[in-house]
Amino acid sequence: MTTNEYTIALAGNPNTGKSTLFNLLTGLRQHTGNWPGKTVVHAEGFFTYKDKQYKIIDLPGTYSLYSNSADEEVARDFIIFEKPDVTIVVLDATALERNLNLALQVLEMTNRVIVCVNLMDEAKKKGIRIDIAKLAKKLGVPVVPISARNEEGIDELLDTIDLMIRGAIQTKPIVIPYSRSIEEKIAKLLPLVKEIVGDKYPARWIALRLLDGDTSLLDALKQENHHSFKEVARYASNRSAKSV
Amino acid sequence: MAPTKFDRLSEAEPGERFRIEKLDIEGTMKRRLLDLGFVPGCEVTVLQKSPLGDPTAYKVSNTTIALRIEESSNIYGERIRDDNE
Amino acid sequence: MRVTVPPNPFDHLMKYAQTLSNGDTREQIVSAIFRTSQEICNETVTYTKPSKQYETERLDRIVTSKLWGFPIMLAMLAVVIYLTIAGANIPSSMLANFFGWIEGYLTFAFEKLHAPDWLYGILVLGLYRGTAWVVSVMLPPMAIFFPIFALLENYGYLPRVAFNMDRLFKKSGAHGKQSLTMAMGFGCNAAAIMSTRIIESPRERMLAILTNNFVPCNGRWPTLILLASLFMAAGYTGGWKTFVTAGVVVAMVLFGIVVTLTVSWVLSKTALRGVPTHYTLELPPYRRPKIWDTIVRATLDKSVYVLKRAVAVAAPAGVLTWILANIHIGNTTVLAYIAHSLDPFAHQLGLDGYILMAFILGLPANEIVLPILLMGYLSTGALTEVDSLHDLKQIFLDHGWTWLTALNMMLFSLLHYPCGTTLINIYKETKSKKWTFIAFALPTGIAIAVTFLTTHIIQWLGLI
Ligand SMILES: Nc1nc2c(ncn2[C@@H]2O[C@H](COP(=O)(O)OP(=O)(O)OP(=O)(O)O)[C@@H](O)[C@H]2O)c(=O)[nH]1
Ligand SMILES: [Mg+2]
Repeated sequence: MTTNEYTIALAGNPNTGKSTLFNLLTGLRQHTGNWPGKTVVHAEGFFTYKDKQYKIIDLPGTYSLYSNSADEEVARDFIIFEKPDVTIVVLDATALERNLNLALQVLEMTNRVIVCVNLMDEAKKKGIRIDIAKLAKKLGVPVVPISARNEEGIDELLDTIDLMIRGAIQTKPIVIPYSRSIEEKIAKLLPLVKEIVGDKYPARWIALRLLDGDTSLLDALKQENHHSFKEVARYASNRSAKSV
Repeated sequence: MAPTKFDRLSEAEPGERFRIEKLDIEGTMKRRLLDLGFVPGCEVTVLQKSPLGDPTAYKVSNTTIALRIEESSNIYGERIRDDNE
Repeated sequence: MRVTVPPNPFDHLMKYAQTLSNGDTREQIVSAIFRTSQEICNETVTYTKPSKQYETERLDRIVTSKLWGFPIMLAMLAVVIYLTIAGANIPSSMLANFFGWIEGYLTFAFEKLHAPDWLYGILVLGLYRGTAWVVSVMLPPMAIFFPIFALLENYGYLPRVAFNMDRLFKKSGAHGKQSLTMAMGFGCNAAAIMSTRIIESPRERMLAILTNNFVPCNGRWPTLILLASLFMAAGYTGGWKTFVTAGVVVAMVLFGIVVTLTVSWVLSKTALRGVPTHYTLELPPYRRPKIWDTIVRATLDKSVYVLKRAVAVAAPAGVLTWILANIHIGNTTVLAYIAHSLDPFAHQLGLDGYILMAFILGLPANEIVLPILLMGYLSTGALTEVDSLHDLKQIFLDHGWTWLTALNMMLFSLLHYPCGTTLINIYKETKSKKWTFIAFALPTGIAIAVTFLTTHIIQWLGLI
């Protein structure tokens, strides 16, 4: 029985240390390197913490979750359709602004998010100070500062995962305010979207994608109504854990 | 045609800052540039040209991104000349 | 009867949404997200040491400068190769001695047990020696090369190479990130084929796949290094010898790059016509790697990898070669028979039949080409024990080698078809028999053409 196996997805910009964190948690040896795009094939690994079994997926690094490339679609589909129990967004503390964009996009898709600010040691060296508590309050989800390579902050991260799994953490993700004209359009679409997808998918996010004309998502949604998780399953079986 | 009242990013010299007004690029490339922070209203700093003259590295939202001239010449905006240059 | 398919509700919604939307929706959405993250950052991030922000830029101003960009790249390559060659010499001969010493005991044990000759032949002279060879020739250089490479990679130097070289790739119609996939090829072409996924455009990705084996992989470095040091640097001693050897190997790598660019250029004018697509390249900040961790890990990973390959591929190949060398047809062996029938063609390329046969039998993995060649040579004469590099050269000389033979073998090794694993990966990635075949045939054609021309030009010039 694998009923009590929980799934964790690692999302984030390229080169933020996802594979380093993945290796640390799973004891595996995904290759790492200081250049964006090192991981091209997603990897799965397992670990146990406090008697719970976890499956963790090292998604390819992406700059966004709009469908600009195959990688971005894979990451997006995984979060939307596979519905991981926790999505950890790994951010680079030394370039928080650009990195936060992706976190904000994930927060529009799911509320089961832990934001992990990695490379804290680099940030410290560069004299960058981040007010973690305030960041958590603003984002409405837990924020954990770590330094994956130095194995710092991992206990707190694991505890936060455990708490979230147990439902002990209430999250209230930030709602991004859009321009008035966009908000009006969202308001028009929202009831219609809800009618079709119900609670299955985040309606506001889907409304935004529809306005954006994201046909690839549309295709994925249609597929989804027929075969469950076909895309993701195929991806996972075609591409075993391997990276360069 | 391209708006004339703006400068092109490709014309800015290393060391200069540049405020983006408009991206005259279509499709995926435009979306990618937006994702990277080349967003209208944002400022970028020109860092350095590659030894062979192209591409050029830009500092944008605290990261360094290299663009080829095909893209940078279609990003329009305003050059901000530093007085202390 | 008419069957009406009810329109998918999503299509309907999409149509409706598109009537609401105007052209710059995406821009507005992204701008709003950026504004939000800027606001959040303004309130949560403070910069206390502004000057520290510019360390990476300061270094880049030198590393990617007009004046120093290319010299530094060349120097890095040369230094890495120099260190590899200088450092590998002693451990290589120590390993060879060590394996020779063990072989003594094995021989003794086989004699004691009155094992039949053929069993001794297969197990000790074939399997054991083949494996021992691969390990002692491959392990030391790779255990030096890869940690250094990993340090550079983790420091963040690779994207700078891509930045410096971009223009060259653009001119040849290829993708700027091809230099990253080539850098991966230094480690292993098969893995590099996977890494070409960072190139989104199918056309440019195909170029990167088809040309990847023009960068020498870990199975070929040792061949290049060994031949360069035995034949090209023959007249030199001590420090100079290492220096000249490194120079020759660097020249080989550069030649591989020239071939890559040329082939890309020709292909993008012919079979893979098209213009380079747009792309962006992020230059991450330099990060000081954890030096010992990186070294230990790269060394272990690579050593395990080499040992695994040695056992998985070299051992069976050793057995096969021994069998071929010991089954007789008439009064020659199968091996000699094949080698002799390849001779006329091989001579046109400045090689001999044994070399060509070693390349053919070495298809599964490049690291076994040299051991197969040696076993082939040894099977023809009295079985001398190989435990020093000097004896090695004598074996080659006994079979009529000159520096031109060595040069041609190096060129052929650099340019010929990718190994079996790489071909399998190419097939998996391209899903096309045609392109996989081209990935085999194109480099082979080039290898044949280049060695043919080299041989004939040099002979015509009377240089040999
Ligand atoms: N200083 C420091 N370096 C780190 C830390 N975490 C990761 N790194 C380094 O950052 C680089 C990138 O790490 P990866 O784990 O390969 O990043 P990734 O997110 O998997 O990257 P992609 O696969 O390209 O998406 C590597 O060189 C790591 O050694 C950290 O906490 N501190
Ligand atoms: Mg990775």
